[in-house]
Amino acid sequence: MTDFPLLSFVTFLPLAGAIMILLFVRGGAEDVARNSRWGAFWVSLVTFFASLVLWFKFETGTADFQFVEQHDWLPAYKIGYQMGVDGISVFFVLLSTLLTPICILASWTAIQERVKEFMIAFLVLETMMVGMFCALDFVVFYIFFEAVLIPMFLIIGVWGGPRRVYAAFKFFLYTLLGSVLMLLAIIVMYIVAGSTDVPTLMQFKFDPSLQTWLWLAFFASFAVKVPMWPVHTWLPDAHVEAPTAGSVILAGVLLKMGAYGFLRFSLPMLPVASEFFTPLVFTLSVVAVIYTSLVALAQEDMKKLIAYSSVAHMGFVTVGIFAVNQQAVEGAIIQMLSHGFVSGALFLCVGVVYDRIHSREIARYGGLVNRMPKYAFVFMLFMLASVGLPGTSGFVGEFLIMLGAFEVSTWVAFLIATGMVLGAAYMLYLYRRIIFGDLTKDDLKAILDLNGREVAIFAPLVVLVLWMGIYPAPFLDMISASVTNLVDNYHGALAAVETGAALAAYQ
Amino acid sequence: MITTPDLLAAGPEIFIAAMGMVLMMVGVFSPEKRALGIVSGLTVASFTVVLAYYLFLASGERSVVFAGLFVTDAFAIFMKALVLLGGILVLLMGGSFVRREGMARFEFPILVLYATVGMMMMISANDLISLYMGLELQSLSLYVIAAIQRDRVRSSEAGLKYFVLGALSSGLLLYGCSMIYGFAGTTQFEALANLFDGKSAEASAGLVVGIVFLSAGLAFKVSAVPFHMWTPDVYEGAPTPVTAFFAVAPKVAAVALFLRVMLEPFGGLIEEWRQVIIVISIASMVLGAFAAIAQNNIKRLMAYSSIGHVGYALIGLAAGSEEGLRGVLIYMAIYLVMNVGAFACILSMKVNDRMVENIDDLAGTAKSHPMMALGILIFMLSLAGIPPMAGFFGKFFIFLSAIEAKLYTVAVIGVLSSVVGAYYYLRIVKIVFFDDLLEKFDKPIDRPLRMIMAATGVVTLLFFIWPSPLLDSASVAAAALFATPG
Repeated sequence: MTDFPLLSFVTFLPLAGAIMILLFVRGGAEDVARNSRWGAFWVSLVTFFASLVLWFKFETGTADFQFVEQHDWLPAYKIGYQMGVDGISVFFVLLSTLLTPICILASWTAIQERVKEFMIAFLVLETMMVGMFCALDFVVFYIFFEAVLIPMFLIIGVWGGPRRVYAAFKFFLYTLLGSVLMLLAIIVMYIVAGSTDVPTLMQFKFDPSLQTWLWLAFFASFAVKVPMWPVHTWLPDAHVEAPTAGSVILAGVLLKMGAYGFLRFSLPMLPVASEFFTPLVFTLSVVAVIYTSLVALAQEDMKKLIAYSSVAHMGFVTVGIFAVNQQAVEGAIIQMLSHGFVSGALFLCVGVVYDRIHSREIARYGGLVNRMPKYAFVFMLFMLASVGLPGTSGFVGEFLIMLGAFEVSTWVAFLIATGMVLGAAYMLYLYRRIIFGDLTKDDLKAILDLNGREVAIFAPLVVLVLWMGIYPAPFLDMISASVTNLVDNYHGALAAVETGAALAAYQ
Repeated sequence: MITTPDLLAAGPEIFIAAMGMVLMMVGVFSPEKRALGIVSGLTVASFTVVLAYYLFLASGERSVVFAGLFVTDAFAIFMKALVLLGGILVLLMGGSFVRREGMARFEFPILVLYATVGMMMMISANDLISLYMGLELQSLSLYVIAAIQRDRVRSSEAGLKYFVLGALSSGLLLYGCSMIYGFAGTTQFEALANLFDGKSAEASAGLVVGIVFLSAGLAFKVSAVPFHMWTPDVYEGAPTPVTAFFAVAPKVAAVALFLRVMLEPFGGLIEEWRQVIIVISIASMVLGAFAAIAQNNIKRLMAYSSIGHVGYALIGLAAGSEEGLRGVLIYMAIYLVMNVGAFACILSMKVNDRMVENIDDLAGTAKSHPMMALGILIFMLSLAGIPPMAGFFGKFFIFLSAIEAKLYTVAVIGVLSSVVGAYYYLRIVKIVFFDDLLEKFDKPIDRPLRMIMAATGVVTLLFFIWPSPLLDSASVAAAALFATPG
């Protein structure tokens, strides 16, 4: 099994599944819907179990890329098909493969129209996401990175809410605008360094003045994806209009693509520019944390509230990434994973009541605890995890980020800490309005609690959130070697540049 | 004195031209009802024979024959293969339309054939005179096929417009040629190239004016801004298969001619003409992106889209490097495939045996014709340049060459206008996938259309798996043009 191309297998299995569903699922409307649901579910489940092998076989001691695959692709241009994961990316692969079956289960009854197409789009999306996290060639990365837009555009546009067309276009064009600039930066890097191989580029020392431009081009792409304030406006629209499963993937995985880009490309390849722009990133992140938390307080729509809270949480992540020390970067990765589970789960929670009442307006609800105790418990757990209560995954991430940020800048740490307070305020307020209070609305009096399928959706997320909160060591162990390497190289590169500058000044 | 090597080098052109004459006879003497089918089939067959010759037998060695008028090299073979492929695909997919829409005359394939001979001549031209000859043979045939639906006002109008404006542009071009001849004393490409080899500062003003006129005339033929005005009207008015033909074959040929003329005889003067090309290219990309947004007729939209695409291709010319040329060649090949596919979809837009052309008519195609909708999705995303579709690679290599030539502004404007362009391509995807079904298109779609849609769709979608054949042959072709003296 040593040479088995595991990453390619995990990446392209869903695509193969999608093609099978496209070609072979036929018959009456009922049969097609049922078969494509089951087909997609099994494919995504097998993919998940295959990806678990990554977890078990991963060597924690090394920062090298593992499970590496290399094939010629465009030999004339020295651009190859390369896959590999390290401690930074491996969990994102697992996050993607875990959330996909959950999303498919969550759309079991919510999606009734064009089920086959939905399942195909979702499996294609999974391929693109996983491929993006595994790609070790910049061009291959870019292709996956962009291709993600296509299925997501369709998922929002075909199965979304009333303003779906607007949201889908905004999502697509916003992200495309950022990405094309990154494409130019990739081409510049390729011409300067003569390669698009990620490990090679990490070693290559780009000229500091060039780094500034490249960094800005990357930033244009990743900042939109994260999203950072002020380019976050596509996110609330996309979240509100997307179907539940779309929102889960959007919050759970797609938002991580930007932050992953910072970790994988901006920091190691462009350390000088990253250091130069750190104050900018900190400022934008702090604004994002405080501003979007305040905005979240005022929301009337559940999904919008959670969407804004995502922007705030990703603000923490960007602070952590650009603090560039062991704790902060580890914290950022844990926070991203935690956010992936928690915000995904919160969107699923919204989806549960939306399926029953078909409204996302907070005022439509109230007193659900009387009819839905299980739901109230699950919702509370994720709500508290989102707030960052000790014992949940949210706490570990935020604590580490604060710890690291404090070392770099007391003020930044202080300001994002206010975000935690505000976070508690809006989440608790949301929870009170939906779950507690009197059960006055008539249709709510007949509402049913979680059924078996929904319990199955939430169970793995509950376990993971608690596990990461109570005993995060297994996760941190896998991350830490790569993070140490990243942080050391970053500071080493900066020191080298400074020594060089000092020498030049001396001479 | 014409020698055997001369005839051999120009063999494919001679063969096709002779087939044209034979086919006219065949057309006249075969029963009226079957004439079109027979002549079409034989035209496709002779194109296929020549295409096969180019792909498998022809050597890419450069040979200049007919006293320096005619050249064949790897570049010419690459471009001619594209033109022939375009001709074959268009004739195949236009078949049923031609029969249905009152243009069932066997002259149609024959005119396509002669236009193709003209294009091949353009691609192989090695002298301003033979260039003009090829261009006019092509243009005259095209004027006629634009107006081949004689009893339709729109078609006649398109033909007339095309003729008037085309004649104007030919005039410009010819005037430019005469200026060049007057100031340089020769019309032969190699002689011109030797004159300007590494002495670009010495180009006289009159010569530069000549080159500008020449490039204006060529810009007309490739429909680049500001000489694009005819394109939307002609594309809209001409019968759809003819539009499809216009969008692919003459465009490829004109781009090839543009490349050869600018890089071979005037390559040494690149600093003089680069500005012009950059301006044309930026204007085309921007106009193509913005003007298409407001279009509701799909053929007009494709016209603006093609204007935009020419803008991208010209970036590679502005780069003026082998890399840039390779980028253009790859771009044109991909452009051809995805455009043929897109037109195959447009030709399938038929309600109750009546062609419809509004993009709103596509509403809900995803429900009635899922496979065709998938095709439209692939072609539109590819035209927009979204990976992993083939169109992305076309743009990628173009931008690669632009950055290598340090044309940063052009590259940035290019990618930004591609985002604007993505909007209108996505609008079609939106109508196909998001909107509710209005009228159902006829079923089943004709078999040739289905097959072409499937083939071009697969190529466009899966190009990324095995891109090497195209990239390698484009490299060889690009190297051929640069290896020549000058």
